Amino acid sequence: MNFLLMKKLRVVLSIFFLVFLALVFIDFRKSFSKDFYALAVFFQFVPSLLRNITVPGVIDFGAILVLILTIFFGRVYCSVFCPLGIFQDVVSWISGKTSGRKKSKKKRKYKYSKAWTILRYSLLAVVILPLLFGSITMVTLLDPYSLFGRIATTLLRPVVVVVNNLFAAGLARADIYSLLYRYDMIWVDPAILIITTLFGAGIILTAYYRGRLYCNTVCPVGTFLGFISKFAIFKIVLDENNCTKCGKCARVCKSECIEIKTQKIDYSRCVACFNCLTVCEDHAMTYKPAQRKSFEKPVRLAPVTDAKHPRVVADPSKRNFLITSVIGVAALYGFKAPDSIPGQKKPKLIVPKPKGQSTVPEKKTSPVSPPGSRSIERFNKICTGCSLCVTACPNKVLQPAFLEYGLIGVMQPHMAYHKGLCEFDCTLCSEVCPTGAIVPITMEQKHLLQIGQVQFEKKNCIVETEKTDCGACSEHCPTKAVHMVPYGKLFIPEIDQKICVGCGACEYACPTTPFKAIYVNGNPRHLAAEKPKTEKAKNVLKEGEFPF
Amino acid sequence: MERRKFITSGIGAGIATGAAITFGGIDNLIAGNASLPYDLVAVRGGEPDVMFDKGIESLGGMSQFVKPGQKVLIKPNIGWDRVPERGANTNPILVKRIVEQCLKAGAKEVFVFDHTCHEWTKCYKNSGIEQAVTDAGGKMVPGDSERYYKQVEVVGGVKLKDMKVHELLLTSDVFISVPILKHHSSSKISISMKNMMGCVWDRGFWHKNDLHQCMADFLRYKKPDLTVVDAYYVLKQNGPMGVSLDDVITMKSQIISRDIVAADAAATKFFGKDPAEINHIQLAGAAGLGVMDLSKLNINRINL
Repeated sequence: MNFLLMKKLRVVLSIFFLVFLALVFIDFRKSFSKDFYALAVFFQFVPSLLRNITVPGVIDFGAILVLILTIFFGRVYCSVFCPLGIFQDVVSWISGKTSGRKKSKKKRKYKYSKAWTILRYSLLAVVILPLLFGSITMVTLLDPYSLFGRIATTLLRPVVVVVNNLFAAGLARADIYSLLYRYDMIWVDPAILIITTLFGAGIILTAYYRGRLYCNTVCPVGTFLGFISKFAIFKIVLDENNCTKCGKCARVCKSECIEIKTQKIDYSRCVACFNCLTVCEDHAMTYKPAQRKSFEKPVRLAPVTDAKHPRVVADPSKRNFLITSVIGVAALYGFKAPDSIPGQKKPKLIVPKPKGQSTVPEKKTSPVSPPGSRSIERFNKICTGCSLCVTACPNKVLQPAFLEYGLIGVMQPHMAYHKGLCEFDCTLCSEVCPTGAIVPITMEQKHLLQIGQVQFEKKNCIVETEKTDCGACSEHCPTKAVHMVPYGKLFIPEIDQKICVGCGACEYACPTTPFKAIYVNGNPRHLAAEKPKTEKAKNVLKEGEFPF
Repeated sequence: MERRKFITSGIGAGIATGAAITFGGIDNLIAGNASLPYDLVAVRGGEPDVMFDKGIESLGGMSQFVKPGQKVLIKPNIGWDRVPERGANTNPILVKRIVEQCLKAGAKEVFVFDHTCHEWTKCYKNSGIEQAVTDAGGKMVPGDSERYYKQVEVVGGVKLKDMKVHELLLTSDVFISVPILKHHSSSKISISMKNMMGCVWDRGFWHKNDLHQCMADFLRYKKPDLTVVDAYYVLKQNGPMGVSLDDVITMKSQIISRDIVAADAAATKFFGKDPAEINHIQLAGAAGLGVMDLSKLNINRINL
């Protein structure tokens, strides 16, 4: 076997998948079709697994293939398909380049460290146990694909947009508008930004200093596939007779799982990157169907001498564990956020409101979940908050929630009608959702789907407060559930909740601040909207006639 | 040309804006005196492109409005993600022909844009206008980011004192408004004056501060050099985007005028309403921003 070729193939494939997925998440121009999205997420283990469970009649082969691959070849998912894992490899690679230059001429080295087996499996339990109680929050927080999606959307995308806008501005000055266009970004909730940044920074730090430590400690997919790969058919095998214990393999092992002293490899942590195979000069490392013996090799759990393996004091992965377990426990108890939406609970102002400010807070009892999610309860149980729909939504209405759904739905997207409207003729989020949290719907279904109901607060309305015509709400309403009726000499909105689809166009268009005069209150369970009745318009003008 | 030099030579924005307004005013005065055979042309019974050819021909051709080497800005209504038959956006066949006529008259460049209500790339695409303009040799310009809009003053504005308008309004030599005639839930009717709302960034301000007055005030900043009202498909009810095809009638008409208020008044008549009932047309007419009284105009009526 040509190990160098194998490694090169692994590197090429992994970079391909990383770039592929990163492109999907940062693509603000919506240049890719939904098939492209489907292809990009095909091998993503958690979403694919979820889709198999949540959408009846759908068989998603991605997760099945990953499992088969793992049984045959070990954790190739982690080295080839997982965007977060490959991202960490990129960080480690950079770290190897930079630290090597500073300290000595030698490349940065890894050394064996013992596995944190108890922590790993405890974390896996913390992720899986709440699932039994219907809470997916821990999966949302720790699934590597979803985590990568959020990091790309929340942190990487804005950088790309800023650079794009700079170039677009330059081109516009020369009257060139066709190549690039400027894009106005919606900033996510600061809390989401902070959480994602913390995770991102933690992962970058561990990758920089300790290679795949995150994957082999925190990541639930890593732990799960690691467990399976212990029994994999193909394995990296260390020939004790040929090995001279030179330690070259251990120095390039980013999983830190080769123990030279005892000539043992911890297969649960090996991500099948093949780096060790290419450096061994003694023909001691091979990749082949392992002999029965290796199955029984226990994972070494012997304590490490402190001098040789000093403990990292502030380990970000541990900190993450603390954060996640606190939230996870809270999720277990079905911790609910206050009923109100942030911004609503502000204490009443004592100072008089400036002119033109609306006074009555919006009375929303429920957030709005995306069309196709069927009910908030169902959605909260399935969505892993990968942000793929957020990035795909052309109208910027889907935004990651902080506490809108309560703690149980942190990071899951909700319909942010102050930021955008849900277009009547669009079903994109349902088409791209990889987990089945948003089930694909047809245009006909969308047109008669009520995800929330319109509410009108006359005391906030421009027509009432300013005594002038407005009508922005009705203008944007696709079904005319909001229509204008005479109000003295003016016209004021009137609502018909039966034909309202809850798209939020009225709320988005309503010009009153800080509270809207018209808004959508979510339907916890999505309902059917009635079809609007229409009459055929008449032409009063005869052919060839001029009215003046 | 002087106006362009002023702006491109990089003099401060305030001066540039002032200059634009001043020279704009002089342009309009001269234009008013320049003899066009008619004040307004109404065409009926043809396809959009054919009606435009006949109409503009009776006004002396496109060269009356576009001089060689000029930069032309066309503002159709592309507000909604709707196909042409729904009568929510300007007919692409008409926009295409206007772009062609401008280029034939020697225009250096022809730009087309709208600040859309629905997601702009979908509006541009599904309205058929992007394809039509590109085919004709014009350029589609995005209007979806606040960064494309520049602050200008509205001298004499009653409610609208300043606003942010698309940068191309400041740098173009010729400005052509090509609205579609349709019902509108906010402004009662949507024609050319309503079409101007797609040139500004903050439409919410208009809604908050007396919509009709703001629409009239806009004309104090800028009036289009030419207005072509598309009344081929007319959205008679449930405007501005319509609920179904039931809302649309086929009227096969077009109105062409240099006077935006006159064009809106005439189109209102086609719609079956009295211009005096429409607050913004009435306000603009009363302020002398155009002629609302059609009996004072020399009108050419063409039946195809």
